[in-house]
Amino acid sequence: MFQFILKRLGLAILVAFTVSFISFSLLFLAGDPAAALAGETASGEDIEALRHLYGFDRPMMVQYGDWLFSALRGDFGESYYFKLPVAGLIFDRLSITMTLGVCGIAFALLTAVPLGVAAAIRPNSLIDRIALFLSVAGQALPSFWFGLILVVVFSIKLGWLPPSGTATWRHFIMPTIVLGYYAMPAIMRLTRAGMLEVLSSDYIRTARAKGAPEMRVMFKHALRNAIIPVVSLAAVQMGFMLGGSIVVESIFALHGAGYLAWESIGRNDLPTVQALILIFAMFYIVFTFLADVLNAWLDPRMRSS
Amino acid sequence: MSDAMTDPLLAEIVGPTPGQLLRRRIFGHQGLLIGGTVVALLVLVAIFAPLLAPHDPYAQSLMARMKPPVFLGGTWEHPLGTDHLGRDYLSRLIYGARVSLMIGLVAAVISGLIGSVMGICAGYFGGKVDAVVTFLINVRLAMPVVLVALAVVAILGGSLTVMVSVLGLLLWDRFAVVLRASTRQVREREYVAAAKSIGASTPRILLAEILPNIVNNLIVVVTLEMAHAILLEAALSFLGLGVQPPTPSWGLMVSEGKNMMLFEPWLVMIPGTVLFVLVLGINLMGDGLRDVAAPENRS
Repeated sequence: MFQFILKRLGLAILVAFTVSFISFSLLFLAGDPAAALAGETASGEDIEALRHLYGFDRPMMVQYGDWLFSALRGDFGESYYFKLPVAGLIFDRLSITMTLGVCGIAFALLTAVPLGVAAAIRPNSLIDRIALFLSVAGQALPSFWFGLILVVVFSIKLGWLPPSGTATWRHFIMPTIVLGYYAMPAIMRLTRAGMLEVLSSDYIRTARAKGAPEMRVMFKHALRNAIIPVVSLAAVQMGFMLGGSIVVESIFALHGAGYLAWESIGRNDLPTVQALILIFAMFYIVFTFLADVLNAWLDPRMRSS
Repeated sequence: MSDAMTDPLLAEIVGPTPGQLLRRRIFGHQGLLIGGTVVALLVLVAIFAPLLAPHDPYAQSLMARMKPPVFLGGTWEHPLGTDHLGRDYLSRLIYGARVSLMIGLVAAVISGLIGSVMGICAGYFGGKVDAVVTFLINVRLAMPVVLVALAVVAILGGSLTVMVSVLGLLLWDRFAVVLRASTRQVREREYVAAAKSIGASTPRILLAEILPNIVNNLIVVVTLEMAHAILLEAALSFLGLGVQPPTPSWGLMVSEGKNMMLFEPWLVMIPGTVLFVLVLGINLMGDGLRDVAAPENRS
C-alpha cells in the first residue's frame, strides 16, 4: 500500500511539473508580453525598459525556472492589472469557487446516486427510462444556456431566486444546479451499472436467502459495494468541475477564481492566468491522486496496477 | 442468397443475412433513428444554407431591429424575428449550423488522428510506449480545457482556424483512452498472431488487422467528441473568446441575446434550443451506433 501511494505520488508530481511547463510555454505564444504590457502608445524605449524590468529578455527556460521556483514558494508574481501579488488575489477568490465545487458535487451525488439505485432495482421500468433520459439530455444541455434559462424562469418570471452575486446561500442555488448537473449522468450510469452487477452476485442471494429485509440487502450489502467506484469518479468529476466553474461563475457573476480567470484573460494579465491554470490543474491532480489512494484502500486488487 | 430471400421456406431455414440483421438493428433502434435524422437534417441545412436562408445573415437593418418571431406576433418576412442589429434570426441560425458542424467535424478529425495514433500505439506496443502515452493522457486530463482554450484563443485571436486547432489539440484524450483499451483486447486475437506468423509488417498489422476491428469504437468516440467540441465552441463564443462577431455562431447568438433576455427571452431560447437539439442528436446517434455495432453490450 505504501509503495503504491509512493508510486502514484511520484507520477502526480511529474504530471504537475509537465502541466506547469506547458501552461508557461503556452502563454509564451503571446508574442511580446512587454509590448502588450506597455500599451499601444508606448515608444520603443519604454517597451525595452519594461522588457528588462520584467526579465522578458532572458532565455525562456531561465524565466520558466525562475517562475517555477517562486511558484513552489507560493509566489506567483504580481498581477499586471491589479499590481498586487497574484497569490493573494487568487486566494481571496478561491473560497467561492471551492464552495461552488463542493455544493455542485454534493448536488450531483444526492440526485444521481438515488436515481441510479432506483433505476438498477427496476431495470427498464419507468424510473429507469426517466433516469436514462435525464442522463442523455443532461449531456447535451449547454451549461451556459441552462444557467440563463434558470435565470429567466426563477429570477425574472417567478422572482424566487437572485440572478447574480454571492451575498446569501440562496445565491448559490442556481449555480450549484448548473455546475452539478454536468457530473450527474456519469455518476448515475456508474451507480446503476455497479448496482446491477452487485445485485446479481452470490452474496446478495445469500443475504436474501437468510431472510434479510430487502432494504437491508439493498443499502447495507449492495450499495456499499457498488458505491466504491462512484467515490473515485466523484473525486475526478470534482476536479473537472472546478476547472469548468469559469462558465458558471461568469453567468451568475460569482466573483470566484473562475471569474478572475475570465477577467484576467480579457485583460492580458499573464501572471494571473498562468497561476490559475496551474492551480486548477493542481486541484485535478490532487483529487485524482486522492481517488486512486481511496480506491486502493477500499479495494486491495487496485494496488497491483 | 437471393434464393433465400425470395423463397420464404428457404429463408426460414437459412435465416437473415448479416446485412439484413444490421439493417434490422439500425431501424429497430429508436435513439439511432431519431439522432441520425436530426443530424442528417441539420447537415442538409448547413450544406444548403444559401438556398434555405431567406435573408443575408450579415445584412443589418436599423429599421427592423428586434422584430418578434412569427409565433410571438411577428410577420413571415422574418419568421424567427430579427436581432438587435436587425439581422434576420432564421438566416443567422441556418448559417450558424455551418459553424457548429464544421468546428465539430474538423476538431473531431484532428483530435481523432492524434488520439488514435497514441491509443493504438500504446495498446499494441505496451511497455514504455504505453507508459509515455498514459502519462501524456494524465497531463492532458489535468489541464483545465475551458481555461486553456480561452487563454490560447485570446492570444491568437478567435478565427475559425484557431478555434478548430485549439479544440483539436485539446480533445484527443478520450480517443487515446478508448482505443488503447480496445487495441489491447484485439492484440491477443488469433488473426493478429496469424498475420504475424506469415511475416506481416507492423504497420500492416496495425492498419489491416487492428484498425478495422476497433473502428466501431472509433466511430462512437468521433460522435461523442464532435458533440463535445460543438458545446465547447458555443461556450467559448458565449464567453466572448471564441468565434468573433459578426460570424453567426449559436453560442455567440445566445451571448448577444443575453442582454435583452429580460424582455425578449426568445433571443436566447431559439439558438440554445437548436444547439441542444443538435448535440442531443449527435449523442443519441453515437449511443445508438455503439449498441448496433456491439449488440452484446446492450443493457
